[in-house]
Amino acid sequence: MSEFSLETVSFKLNPRYQFQWEEAQQCHVLLYPEGLVKLSDSATAILQLCQQPTTTSRLLDELEKAFPGAEGLEDDVKEFLADAQKQVWIVEVRD
Amino acid sequence: MESATTYIPMWLLAELTFACPVQCSYCSNPLELSASRKNELSTEEWIRVMRQARKLGAVQLGFSGGEPLVRADLEELVVEAKSLGYYINLITSSIGLTAEKITALKGAGLGHIQISFQGSNRESNKLLGGTDSFDHKVTMTKEVIKQELPLGLNFVLHRQNMHQVKEFLTMAQSLGAEFVELANCQYYGWGLHNREHLLPSQEQLVDAERVTNEFREQHKGDMDIFFVAPDYYDDRPKKCSNGWGSTFMTVNPEGEVLPCQAAKVIPGLEFPNVRDHELTDIWHKSDLFNRFRGTDWMTEPCKSCPEKEIDLGGCRCQALMLTGDATNADPVCSLSPHHDEVLRITQKAQRPYQEEDIRELVFRNPGNSKKIRAEKS
Repeated sequence: MSEFSLETVSFKLNPRYQFQWEEAQQCHVLLYPEGLVKLSDSATAILQLCQQPTTTSRLLDELEKAFPGAEGLEDDVKEFLADAQKQVWIVEVRD
Repeated sequence: MESATTYIPMWLLAELTFACPVQCSYCSNPLELSASRKNELSTEEWIRVMRQARKLGAVQLGFSGGEPLVRADLEELVVEAKSLGYYINLITSSIGLTAEKITALKGAGLGHIQISFQGSNRESNKLLGGTDSFDHKVTMTKEVIKQELPLGLNFVLHRQNMHQVKEFLTMAQSLGAEFVELANCQYYGWGLHNREHLLPSQEQLVDAERVTNEFREQHKGDMDIFFVAPDYYDDRPKKCSNGWGSTFMTVNPEGEVLPCQAAKVIPGLEFPNVRDHELTDIWHKSDLFNRFRGTDWMTEPCKSCPEKEIDLGGCRCQALMLTGDATNADPVCSLSPHHDEVLRITQKAQRPYQEEDIRELVFRNPGNSKKIRAEKS
């Protein structure tokens, strides 16, 4: 189900998750049946860009523009995306 | 001690009604059910509750009961909850659900449906739930999956259906369920009243867990299965709802606010009502929510226990029901001086399962409620 290549395929935030800012917790969260995940600032920055279909390379371009000179950005983003794919926070977009 | 203002009631359980077409003998609702629905909160009152709770930081909302589908305004409440930013869970028997209603609720913003089964086949589901609803549950399960709404199936386990785990899992798998909860019933309300005939033997429990593990092995990754064992067989208690007044808030059909669904059994507590008070005041300032918050209220052996932050002394209702004092350690804990009481209860459950036992169950319905009330007085 979550097996797709992050290198070649477009993906987006899984519509089954509700992604939003929580004032009381001062952070973004992902909501799912009977639970939630609090997101770090970097996870939020990535997932915000996944609200529309995107690709790894487009994401990296956009993040490099937004955070110029951030060290190890590519590795961090790829690691996060691999994890997000495993958790099914992001899903493949089929044309 | 952590200041009260740092607690956020992330979970709001809205018990919309006590009315229910199902008659589960393990229901956690109070034995004394209101015979009438006239004191239920109105649509406007529920909207006010949801708005106030959202301001406090509530974000997961469960519509339950009773059977929440009994409420004609359910869809309206879902629309309102969605606009407030809740993730909305519907906890239902599926009785009253139709394909059209699923479409409407999904369109209104419902996030997730949990459908409960009382037995793993038509006959036992009828026997244990007191309604002939098995085929309808199966149809609705398929329909929810077809309409791509996240779905969980809930099978409440006890002595009378513990042997059905495999049949239930096989059925759930064939229907295409992604998530299944096998939850042993808890002994509150009607569940406590029927405990003798609901508490499984150790052997039944071990068997059910083994079958579950085997099923998981054989069908890796297709379906998440969550197994909840009865805490009577543990040697450490479970936290009360993640800690009394820390995460959960239940509002019952008549507007009383509870730290957990069972708390009404504790005598001497006053349950503030949303009709008289703002939720913020109830959550932060009421004696009820502060009574067992944190660890300051503890007595020995909890008070000096190095594990006290882990389980926060366990369940206050269980402490009360089994030791007579809600400030005692939950006697499930082997360090509790009252642990013998739990051992005595589990010892009695070691008799083999007998099908005829089912006749001893007292089903949750207004008639039995009246009878129990009469016996008590």
